[in-house]
Amino acid sequence: MKRRDVLRCLGGVAVALPLLELGVGHVRAAEGEGRVIELEARRFRYTPNEIHARAGETLTLAIRSVDFVHGFSMPELGLRSDLPPGRVTRIRVADLPAGRWTFLCDNFCGEGHEEMNGMLIVEA
Amino acid sequence: MNTMDRRRFLELCGLGGGAVFASALAGCSGMGAAKNADAADFYFVQLSDVHWGFRGPENPDPTGTLPKAIAAVNALPRQPDFIVFTGDLTHTTDDPEERRRRMAEFKDVAAALKVPTVHFMPGEHDASLDRGAAFQEYFGATHYTFDHKGIHFIVLDNVSDPGARVGSEQLEWLKADLERQDKDAPIVLFTHRPLFDLVPKWDWATRDGAQVIATLMPYRNLTVFYGHIHQEHHHLTGHIAHHSAKSLMFPLPAPGSQEKRTPLPWNPAVPYQGLGFREVDAEPRTARLAIQEFPVVAT
Repeated sequence: MKRRDVLRCLGGVAVALPLLELGVGHVRAAEGEGRVIELEARRFRYTPNEIHARAGETLTLAIRSVDFVHGFSMPELGLRSDLPPGRVTRIRVADLPAGRWTFLCDNFCGEGHEEMNGMLIVEA
Repeated sequence: MNTMDRRRFLELCGLGGGAVFASALAGCSGMGAAKNADAADFYFVQLSDVHWGFRGPENPDPTGTLPKAIAAVNALPRQPDFIVFTGDLTHTTDDPEERRRRMAEFKDVAAALKVPTVHFMPGEHDASLDRGAAFQEYFGATHYTFDHKGIHFIVLDNVSDPGARVGSEQLEWLKADLERQDKDAPIVLFTHRPLFDLVPKWDWATRDGAQVIATLMPYRNLTVFYGHIHQEHHHLTGHIAHHSAKSLMFPLPAPGSQEKRTPLPWNPAVPYQGLGFREVDAEPRTARLAIQEFPVVAT
């Protein structure tokens, strides 16, 4: 199912809202962000690389890249952002549709680039 | 293969798939043609995704596969007018010295081709880690044009940017080049990644590909040949046909057929299965192309 079909079915809106948070340390939730999932992007792995959520939930992915301008892309939900190292990039997605949604690094980062991916599993 | 045989290929237009896929610069209509009425029929060979330097169980003959393909091309009864390699000449490495060593080795092996005119272009494995610097040292420009017997050829770089963009500068270059062409002119565009969103979750896309395709759309006789996905695949965006080529190292699964695009395993019962190259027969006067696929065979 393509993203626009998902949105049509749900009558809702998935919102990619990349925000940058400077500095290090624990990532705190801001109002409206929903549950915050912290991720680390490092050549050539996302940690964690499997995320579980419930349909309809709102999530904010707070992604800290440590070594490269990795790309975070979840194309089936229309989400993508560059991940400048040394910062936390926040990506909010509302009204998650049920399904298995692949995410990947889409900025070619080296020998293991093609294995740098993960899965968001949204239970109905 | 003689001219009559090539015409018979063209007559197969519309079959699609299989060993022979007859496409056309004009979507198989055959309408529209080169203004150059004297343009003679010819053919070229597309080789792709050699990944020189790869080591893994997916291909136990990593240094022998390309030479086998070259021997097959050299043995064709009539030699093609030119050969094009559509990227990923080498397998990526984080070591810049090793990258250059692989490029030098690849170039030495490719020099065994009897055809004197060989066009190279980069894939992301060659160019994305250094924005094409090593590629340019060994093979020259990453985007360029040439003309041959009434057909205008464009080589477009969608890999030197690690984010898989053609980029605004190259897009302007493309627009300027196309503005010099007649809207009915036969045009062939070579690139590495698919310009359309084939499987974005497998990185089978070009980030600004939609802008490129919008730029190409006014041209009624334009066909795209690309690599990257390690298999034969045919797709239409409007009237523009996009044809991907097989690899010469390892095949990849059918688009979107599984969660991850892991290479297909080597099949000892059928060595080199899924690997190959193609020849493309061009008839500039009618703006038609025909594709014939060749496998790599054990010798």
